[in-house]
Amino acid sequence: MVAQKSEFTTTGKFASKSEEIIIPQIITPKLEIRDVGKIYKTKAGETTALEKTSFTVADGEFVTILGPSGCGKSTILRIVAGLEESNSGQVLLDGKEINGPGPDRGMVFQSYTLFPWLNVKDNITFGLKLNGVSQKERDDLARHYLQLIGLEGFEKHYPIQLSGGMKQRVAIARALANDPKILLMDEPFGALDAQTRTIMQEVLLKAWEESKKTILFITHDVDESIFLADSVYVMTARPGRLKKKIPITLERPREFSMKSTPEFGHYKDELLSLIREESLKSIK
Amino acid sequence: MASKWLTPNKEIPKKIYTSAGFITFIFVLGIWSLLSYSEFVNPLFLPTPTAVLATATEMFVSGEIFADIGISFSRVFTGFMIAALIGIPLGILMGSLRIMEGAFEPIIGFIRYMPASAFIPLLILWIGLGETEKMAVIFLGTFFQLTLMVMDVTKNVQNDLIDVSYTLGAKNAQIFTKVILPASLPGIVDTLRITFGWAWTYLVVAEIVGASSGLGYMIMQASRFLQPEKIIVGILIIGLLGLITDIMFKSIYRASFSWMRKDGF
Repeated sequence: MVAQKSEFTTTGKFASKSEEIIIPQIITPKLEIRDVGKIYKTKAGETTALEKTSFTVADGEFVTILGPSGCGKSTILRIVAGLEESNSGQVLLDGKEINGPGPDRGMVFQSYTLFPWLNVKDNITFGLKLNGVSQKERDDLARHYLQLIGLEGFEKHYPIQLSGGMKQRVAIARALANDPKILLMDEPFGALDAQTRTIMQEVLLKAWEESKKTILFITHDVDESIFLADSVYVMTARPGRLKKKIPITLERPREFSMKSTPEFGHYKDELLSLIREESLKSIK
Repeated sequence: MASKWLTPNKEIPKKIYTSAGFITFIFVLGIWSLLSYSEFVNPLFLPTPTAVLATATEMFVSGEIFADIGISFSRVFTGFMIAALIGIPLGILMGSLRIMEGAFEPIIGFIRYMPASAFIPLLILWIGLGETEKMAVIFLGTFFQLTLMVMDVTKNVQNDLIDVSYTLGAKNAQIFTKVILPASLPGIVDTLRITFGWAWTYLVVAEIVGASSGLGYMIMQASRFLQPEKIIVGILIIGLLGLITDIMFKSIYRASFSWMRKDGF
């Protein structure tokens, strides 16, 4: 803990931040990433997957991280989830340092991760059952979330009988049913076709508005990052680093039609040029 | 029509599929008949199908064969069960815990290349000629392969499935019981089906030396007394028993893992 202090003072940004904490009116952010970095050791030597990165996510905020492939954006998410360890820094959830994975951070993956041997309802209530929630309460919650994601009548279906979009809806419901403090989403719509993708974005926004969850969402799709977010973070290519934060002030609730407004276009231009520089760099 | 049947991976009508298997059987039977009835091959070496059938009927009517079937089945079953009871948990642990894989994979990988039959003289020295020795041969013939196959099945459980379970609040023990086990169960049942088939093939080896009963013993005796019909009946019975257990495992598979099929049946 002593080492931490000296680390903070070396970067100007954190020196001011740690002083800020003393000021009482500062609200603890839902999620705080402090100087989190990741280095992979390979045969060829050390590769920096993620440079020391710091940012915060406020309670109820929808934050997207936009970056080219291989920029380490999934690494951030996996570190926050506790599935990977960072080489430096810390992750604070509600001001408490995280240690390993836990049900307070729900996650939705790009790959389909429903349990194939469980039907939709049992998938949604998997975490609840582990945590000893009663049968009746589980039934009620399953019904509620099935309705929220628009899959009533599918509770007895097995994952193999569902389309890709439906599987991801169930995965979202499963994560939300567990009532996590934050929902981490790692390109959840990356494997879906363009049409399904836009529909899923609307389903997700509806679920977010209703559940008031804090969401950290990874994507490489510019439209998606704008349409969903309160703030978009653009990441640089390897070594990964947050390049810029762009607050999105489009009004809520978001409508599909907003994607063709000039306002949306401005965000898109800005983000596209930022991401293009990075994509070019990553090709070189 | 026929060109459709020759398109790779293309589904064909169920009727055609079943008939194809039937025709192959008839074909083999035809060749056998041709060679034996024409006495192209000396009947002392290749008896006719009717002679084999007559011998089989006689053996079943007199009932002498049932004792042999019973003792052989119990040897195969017990030897295999012990192999499965140790091999399945060990394989699961090896497939999911690197430390277990590191500890056991090299030695099992080594032993599995040693022929089980070559252990028989050693087994006789160690445990004598009794039932235990027969079962030990079956055990040695299946255990190592079975364990490694279960390990592979377990290793193939999708990593994201385990990760997502942690984010849903699963603890390490629950990851084993609620995720890795159900995810690898179909593969394990299939592994059991395949290795149980191998267990039958080790039966004759186990019963060659020092046995006084069983199908393998019966076959060896028939060879000594120049009774090829009896040998063929013995071989066919072992084949049928193997086939029956195979079908049993397949129906267990079908009944237990309907979630793997789109139609849910």
